[in-house]
Amino acid sequence: MNSVILTAGTRVLVALLVLFSVFMLLRGHNEPGGGFIGGLIGATGFVIYAIACGTDAARAALRAAPETVAAAGLGIAILGALMAAITGQPFFTGQWLFLGAGEDGDKGLPLSSVLVFDVGVYLVVFGAILTLVFALEEEI
Amino acid sequence: MSWLLAAPIILPLITAVLAYLARTRPLAGRIGVAGSVLHLAVAGVLMGVALDRGVVVAQIGSWPAPFGITLVADILSAVMVVITAITGLATAVYALADVGPRENRLGFHALLQVLLAGVSGAFVTGDLFNLYVWFEVMLIASFALLVLGGQKAQIDGAVKYVALNLVSTVLFLTGVGLLYGMTGTLNMADLAVTLRAAENPGLVTLVAMLFMVAFGMKAALFPLFFWLPASYHTPAFAVSAVFAGLLTKVGVYALIRTFTLIFTEDQPFTHTFLLWVACLTMAVGVIGAAAQADFRKILSFHIISQIGYMVLGLALMTPLALTGAVFYLVHHIIVKANLFLVSGVAQKIAGDTALDRIGGLYRTAPLLALLFLVPAFSLAGFPPLSGFWAKYVLVKASLDLGAWLVAGVALAVGLLTIYSMTKIWGEAFWKPHPEGRDPRLSALSPAARRALLGPIAALAVLTCVIGFFPQPFVALAERASAQLLDPSAYVAAVLGPEAGARFHRAPEAAAAATGAEAATGAEAAP
Repeated sequence: MNSVILTAGTRVLVALLVLFSVFMLLRGHNEPGGGFIGGLIGATGFVIYAIACGTDAARAALRAAPETVAAAGLGIAILGALMAAITGQPFFTGQWLFLGAGEDGDKGLPLSSVLVFDVGVYLVVFGAILTLVFALEEEI
Repeated sequence: MSWLLAAPIILPLITAVLAYLARTRPLAGRIGVAGSVLHLAVAGVLMGVALDRGVVVAQIGSWPAPFGITLVADILSAVMVVITAITGLATAVYALADVGPRENRLGFHALLQVLLAGVSGAFVTGDLFNLYVWFEVMLIASFALLVLGGQKAQIDGAVKYVALNLVSTVLFLTGVGLLYGMTGTLNMADLAVTLRAAENPGLVTLVAMLFMVAFGMKAALFPLFFWLPASYHTPAFAVSAVFAGLLTKVGVYALIRTFTLIFTEDQPFTHTFLLWVACLTMAVGVIGAAAQADFRKILSFHIISQIGYMVLGLALMTPLALTGAVFYLVHHIIVKANLFLVSGVAQKIAGDTALDRIGGLYRTAPLLALLFLVPAFSLAGFPPLSGFWAKYVLVKASLDLGAWLVAGVALAVGLLTIYSMTKIWGEAFWKPHPEGRDPRLSALSPAARRALLGPIAALAVLTCVIGFFPQPFVALAERASAQLLDPSAYVAAVLGPEAGARFHRAPEAAAAATGAEAATGAEAAP
């Protein structure tokens, strides 16, 4: 689409949407958000970019093929689920690491295998949506 | 334990990721084969453990039942996982020669593995909503596999396939929602316990019928089978083999699971209904096959008629009938997948699958003729092949109940099956090729010959083994059917021994309660 307003607005919107998607991904554990919705928002950013500047530019900006991103995401999600094997717990049990946790009840920085799984979900949704949208855009 | 139960799902998914990342190279196919070998290995271990312990249970993510997702493998589930792995391996090897670089680049091998993960997941899950999720995984993967070739006929078949399957999915989801509203749980074992004391048995029967229609559509039961013959003759042969072998059987498995574990209260209604549906499915499927003149279309209609036999076993609901149903499932998956694989080789060397455009295979490719004869005779129920024992057990079960009409239908359908198999035999194998070609197996490259004929021969040998030594397989099916008829071990394994004992005692307790009521009533009367 050849529109000056859209092209100019895209520059701000894409960065904002991708940043917001990461924010949604990270806050997803205890509040609304998470990998699925984060992936959708992130994909929206690239969809707008593809509409404004064409799919070739969007593909170039993405660097990796969206199908590959989705497949890698599936791999990362499985990896997150497999992490329970380290402690010998049942499949998919969440593993937690509290970095710098103090004895005074300060939990420090919580890191978990749940987040790894959510990152995988993010990439699967992100890659799958972009695969579909790019294919549709190129068809038209 | 949890890892053993999760492995048949995780391994194909990991294989899918690896195969997809290698999709531009022929390596992808080999990754698929290696993954399928591992899948078969873990399925075998699972089978061994299930035989040893009866029921294997895992609570995913350490969330206890009925709150988390439970994976359960009783003997039936374990048998189904093994047979899935066998079919998966045969297909993965066959696909090495059947699938071109274009389909490979589009991710054929990865999609096949995702499909196998979905099928395995559906067989081991102990949670109704999770079953829905696995159905969706299968639907997505199978849709992609159907349209991969990009031909017009494939898209046409895929649209019908997806439209009808989505209707089925919506019905399934509606049923799941209603059940959750009624009981507050979707764990199958917990549902079995809760629904025994349901306040509104009429509503339970209604929900049961929703599930019957949803799974019946997936299983291609009469009158909801139209999507199957409309789509199964279009995709790559490896794909149609795995569809024909496994996909409809997941619907049958879901029917068996829900109607032996959850919806058992109103058997005079639900199971009589199933009985009529089963007879009509058998008859309509085989008559439909008689009218077809394409190798794969004839086979597609036969899937429908054979599904009728399995549901017949479920509908009769006696130990022998369920044994027959389980045995039939195993026999049918192997034989049917094999027949589709044979049709693929016939197409490759003779040029087509339309029966009036091919011929002469018996004279110039006698090995293929032999490999066709084994599954075809088994499907028709010739002794001593596996199909004979499967049909024998089911017919005997219906005769034991005095259901003469049902036994008559089953036997007549067997006879008509022979008719269509002879049609394929006469047209594709005996008559000379209409264009005067000599279809020879040597037209294929040695590597292709190995990849195509190896799985066919292996499955044919398996059919013969089941046929000549049916005793251990029947014993296995008997154990599976005993577990299905008395699910207290299943419930105890999932919810703990206490719930299992309560479940076991429930009918007698209820009877005792009514007895006490009658007694007090009698006392009060005078």
